[in-house]
Amino acid sequence: MGDEVKLHGTWFSPFVTRVQIVLKLKGVEYEYVEEDLKNKSPLLLKINPIYEKVPVLIHNGNPIVESLIVIEYIDEAFSGPSILPKDPYERSKARFWTKFLDDKGMPPLWKACWSKGEEREKAKEEALESLKILENEIKGKKFFGGNKIGILDVTADFFAYGIPILEELTKIKLLTEDEFPCLLKWVTNYCNDPFVKEYFPVDDPLAKEYFPPKGPLSASYKVGLHQSPPHKHAFYGAAFLESQNRRPKYISDIPE
Amino acid sequence: MAGSGVKVLGSWSSPYSNRVQITLNLKSIDYEFIEENFYMSNKSERLVEANPVHKKIPVLIHDEKAISESLVILQYIDEAWTSNGPTILPSDPYDRAIARFWASYIDDKWFPWLKELEKASGDEGAIVGNIFEGLMVLEEAFVKCSKGKDYFGGDNIGYIDVVLGSYLGWIKVIETGFGLNLLDETRIPGLTRWAQRFCSHDAAKDVVPQTDKLVQFFMMVQATKTNSSSG
Repeated sequence: MGDEVKLHGTWFSPFVTRVQIVLKLKGVEYEYVEEDLKNKSPLLLKINPIYEKVPVLIHNGNPIVESLIVIEYIDEAFSGPSILPKDPYERSKARFWTKFLDDKGMPPLWKACWSKGEEREKAKEEALESLKILENEIKGKKFFGGNKIGILDVTADFFAYGIPILEELTKIKLLTEDEFPCLLKWVTNYCNDPFVKEYFPVDDPLAKEYFPPKGPLSASYKVGLHQSPPHKHAFYGAAFLESQNRRPKYISDIPE
Repeated sequence: MAGSGVKVLGSWSSPYSNRVQITLNLKSIDYEFIEENFYMSNKSERLVEANPVHKKIPVLIHDEKAISESLVILQYIDEAWTSNGPTILPSDPYDRAIARFWASYIDDKWFPWLKELEKASGDEGAIVGNIFEGLMVLEEAFVKCSKGKDYFGGDNIGYIDVVLGSYLGWIKVIETGFGLNLLDETRIPGLTRWAQRFCSHDAAKDVVPQTDKLVQFFMMVQATKTNSSSG
């Protein structure tokens, strides 16, 4: 009688994480399927033949792909609190900014985390340009969504812990108090939001399997430890740094 | 029919601008069209004020609110004008997701190959291969979405029709310039006939630019780029 909802993803993909947060916000029960992108399952190739990527949401047998499309689908297909605003103009702003994040914000930040040398420097510069635009956008607001987290905050989830990781990797402070006071506040507000904190319990079996806290403590890990319960993102950060040493590759090799 | 306070900052030559115009036409919304020289490095003050983040066309201005990014604008038009005929996006959430998926595929995966062709030097063969492969994928999508009717949207022009249809002017320029037969009835019969129908639809026929005009425009922009130091 009920809906059958499955989400195919990978533990390290921010595109999957944002869908998980939205499913949780909407109150949708689902089954999670971990995919190995180095060894793509026949099922993944069948449900996402064009891109062969995660996330893929399957609702009653119907596959939906591309994280922002999945999020709008969840908002429209299920009852529960609205993820996007109701007003058409506010919706257009939400869509504009999520697209900005994915086109101009995420790629340089992701690339800067994974690349080295000149490529990393260039990516950092681009990331900084986008951060300046975001600083302007968050001014005067606790969250991008206003008083509570909204679609843009969820889409920017990776920024909240990705930037501390990048700072640890490059040993350069990106989010300085001088230039980005509002964004810095947002990172703290977002990571300390009760919903976000509660969402990633350390007892999660997936966390235990993938994030044994060995190796150097990352900034993200340190940030996470101060929260109670410890934040999954902290473990993500530690594992991220660990794997950097084993993966001297460029963005094209990194599965999304 | 009163479309007071609706302006479009765009250009006759831009597919992204064209799709906004076509959608407004479909909904019988009156608007003032303001031509911007978007290819010049000095953007107009008006454009910079309306779209400070990207400084790009198209921008829809409705009751002094500015909306940018063509796909965002299309969805805004659908949601802001609810009594102007059928929506261009379907009403079922899953069909909407499919429509958004194909729009994203066309814009982010398929059309960039055509742009690659313009600047390619040596690997045209592989790029043309990708373009044709993409067209076969879109042909299949057309068959599935149209369910035997005239458009991706069924009886009426819908979201995917507008997105792909807005590129038809440039597709013909590429065909002419590279001696390619992209819209080939023997290979992609559905899409080929769809293209003819789309271009002759009332909402689109005066918007999709003529091939020779576009070719002239393309040459002019290339010349501007070579002559100016900042490119």
